[in-house]
Amino acid sequence: MASLCQEELLAMQRCRGGSREAFELFVNRYMKDAYFIALGLVGNREDALDLSQEAFVRAYRNINQVKPGRGFFPWFYQILKNLCISHLRKRKYRQASSLDAEDCPEVEAPGDGFLPDVVVDRNEVKDKVWRAIGRLDDKHREVIILRHFRNMSYERIAEAIFCNKGTVTSRLYYARKRLQELLSTEKGGSTSGV
Amino acid sequence: MACDDYKDLLMGYLDDELSNEQRRRLEEHVARCADCASELDDFKKLKAITDEAALLEPEDRVWRDYWSGIYNRIERSIGWIVFSVAAIALIIYGGFRAIEQLIKDPAVEMLLKVGLLALMAGLAILFVSVLRERLYFWKRDRYKDVRR
Repeated sequence: MASLCQEELLAMQRCRGGSREAFELFVNRYMKDAYFIALGLVGNREDALDLSQEAFVRAYRNINQVKPGRGFFPWFYQILKNLCISHLRKRKYRQASSLDAEDCPEVEAPGDGFLPDVVVDRNEVKDKVWRAIGRLDDKHREVIILRHFRNMSYERIAEAIFCNKGTVTSRLYYARKRLQELLSTEKGGSTSGV
Repeated sequence: MACDDYKDLLMGYLDDELSNEQRRRLEEHVARCADCASELDDFKKLKAITDEAALLEPEDRVWRDYWSGIYNRIERSIGWIVFSVAAIALIIYGGFRAIEQLIKDPAVEMLLKVGLLALMAGLAILFVSVLRERLYFWKRDRYKDVRR
């Protein structure tokens, strides 16, 4: 791990000098994390690919803003998360506008634009899980994605979301509680029944 | 310790983040607390369900082409910046020269000259207005100070 960090610090120095080859090391190391985190947050493959690549482009342009001695991933994760949140906000606004235009404000936008069928191998249980994840708050969805779908340790999650391990644990607790509630209120479903 | 105090340990237990000592403490508590045992059981079921709903791997070509997609974007964005700056500079320069010549030309009617000056003034007002609006929203942007 220490050698990896050293390797990243060296690559960071080279990136500051404008080396695209050095930046490629970060892309190769984190592209899967970036893509799957974006996919978990926005629930759509094309958007996830686009947003994760855009996050790397922005990271490359602003690499000089990384404070000396800081790791690449926590900083990059903030860029990616902000892009995804901004994308979700625009999507919500577009959905609200299109509903207004159709003059049917009582219709609720379905699950924040999540497309479970394109995110996971489809079956009823997985659909329910992804619909429920799509309805979590951003901060709860974030810890669920990082822990369950990227298998990150509490320490790494804490680093990425700028908080301590206690906050990660607490968020995970409430996120899972909320997820249980959402799954049990799904028609015909409950955590013990699925 | 009350049951609430074991919430963190429950999560750590579930995610294999506990030390041996913490694990032993939780197991002892769960052995004599039916509520916490039931809560742990529910969490285990939830974890099993969410673990099953793993994200789909995209096709291999997505990873093969990933870097080239980023490289192209970086290259194109540099191209667009250079192109845009040059285009704006040329348009402003050409516009000013053309207007200057028209205004200095005695053969051009006064009405046209006044119209051109009004057009320039209108553009300047619009520019200042848009700039002021951007600055206003930028100062109030909740995310502008997000730590990087």
